[in-house]
Amino acid sequence: MSHPPRPSGFRSGDTVACVATPTLIKGSRSTRSTIALKLLMAVTGLVFIGYVLLHMYGNLKVFAGQEAFDEYAHHLRTFGEPMLPYGGLLWTVRVVLLLSIVGHAYAAFALWARAGRARTQKYVVRKAVASTLSSKMMRWGGVALLLFVIFHLLHFTTQTVHPGGVTESPYERVVNSFAPEYWYLTVIYLLAMVALAMHLRHGVWSASQTLGLTNSAASRTRANLAGVFLAVVIAGGFALVPLSILLGLVD
Amino acid sequence: MTATAGTESDTTSDGMKLTLKIWRQANPETPGAMHTFHLEGVSPDMSFLEMLDVLNEQLNAEGEEPIAFDSDCREGICGMCGLMINGQAHGPEVTTTCQLHMRTFSDGDEITIEPWRADAFPVLKDLCVDRSSFDRIIQQGGYVSVNTGSAPEAHSIQVPKDAADRAFDVATCIGCGACVAACPNGSASLFMGAKITHLGELPQGQAERDARVVNMVGQHDHEGFGGCTNIGECTAACPKEIPLDVISQLNKDLRTAMRHGH
Repeated sequence: MSHPPRPSGFRSGDTVACVATPTLIKGSRSTRSTIALKLLMAVTGLVFIGYVLLHMYGNLKVFAGQEAFDEYAHHLRTFGEPMLPYGGLLWTVRVVLLLSIVGHAYAAFALWARAGRARTQKYVVRKAVASTLSSKMMRWGGVALLLFVIFHLLHFTTQTVHPGGVTESPYERVVNSFAPEYWYLTVIYLLAMVALAMHLRHGVWSASQTLGLTNSAASRTRANLAGVFLAVVIAGGFALVPLSILLGLVD
Repeated sequence: MTATAGTESDTTSDGMKLTLKIWRQANPETPGAMHTFHLEGVSPDMSFLEMLDVLNEQLNAEGEEPIAFDSDCREGICGMCGLMINGQAHGPEVTTTCQLHMRTFSDGDEITIEPWRADAFPVLKDLCVDRSSFDRIIQQGGYVSVNTGSAPEAHSIQVPKDAADRAFDVATCIGCGACVAACPNGSASLFMGAKITHLGELPQGQAERDARVVNMVGQHDHEGFGGCTNIGECTAACPKEIPLDVISQLNKDLRTAMRHGH
């Protein structure tokens, strides 16, 4: 499908606005719409919610001790053997996550840019009355989470950043990293969990709305509550681990 | 305080005194700017538009060009009088600008008045914007195609009460554009959702349902409106209180159309 050239009045960056030109577009496709981008964002977001739930569950194994934690980490690689090769499931999950982040970020940046172009002349005074703090933080919070994920992989997966020293034991990596002398790491992780909680709080609700699941006042309330619930459970569950290590409950 | 020259003598002694900061723009091609005006003797019983009428009389008396703003019915049903007042579409009350009264403000207030801001709503002059992009969205499917003739028997097509109520509630959209003006993304999703829900609830709307949503969204995107982020500023600004679930309905209809290969 080809879009006819857009009238100059709508193009961003023009200093001269002109009256809307009456052009009717033909051959619209659902898959080329802004809502398709939103659907991509919602579906990939659901993939991440499923992943962080499992990831948080795995992290809580730290309370079962070193043996249980390291065995869990090892089992993630041997899961499905001999049907799957060593690390087969883990790499499948990684590929799905990588594709999801590409789709999620692409949709987010495309819509962000579009929102900028939709209002090139800003208001002098603007008063938001309905937006939650979480909804206002979606875009920059998302960028912060993306940077955090990169740091997190450099820290625990590749051990490029290794404040507590390089070790074969995932348990030792965790416990060493969140020791009181590396308090700044704990601060980084806890801030990231605040960002995650806010992203989930609006994201769960927004995804429900985008997927068309909130067609009544009651279902809207439920979607909002689900957002708050998942935000508290997931970010809270993650935060328990560094906090417990910092307080000496796990060593 | 006393009224100054320019206003009629009957709006005397103890009216409100206001500082108005208003966007002035001569035409679509010329860049605009905010201008400050001082107005005295404003009655709290005036509507916001009547207050602007008084300001324009004062400007006329001073030999200045009056401020252009849209208004038509002045009874809250036509949707013409869209103004951004102190950063809120139609001002601080959930109503149209014509139904907003000066008693909402206090003596000595500074009020900032701007046109709707969206590149799909280009400014024509001062506070008037061109909202014909809404008309074109409607042209793309905001209707049902029927054979005209004598009116059919009312009971020949039955509509469940719940569906009729929902259709009617969202059919109250007056197309004022407050949703777009209030949206941080400049999206017209609430406007589209209202029409999609209105026609989608009714038997007559089913035949063209898939094509309607795809074509309306296509035109919406083509006009340069932004995407929805489900923040809810639109619904809070809507003088007809169209609920946010019409956007969910819009998304659901588009997803269904996608599944049907449109």
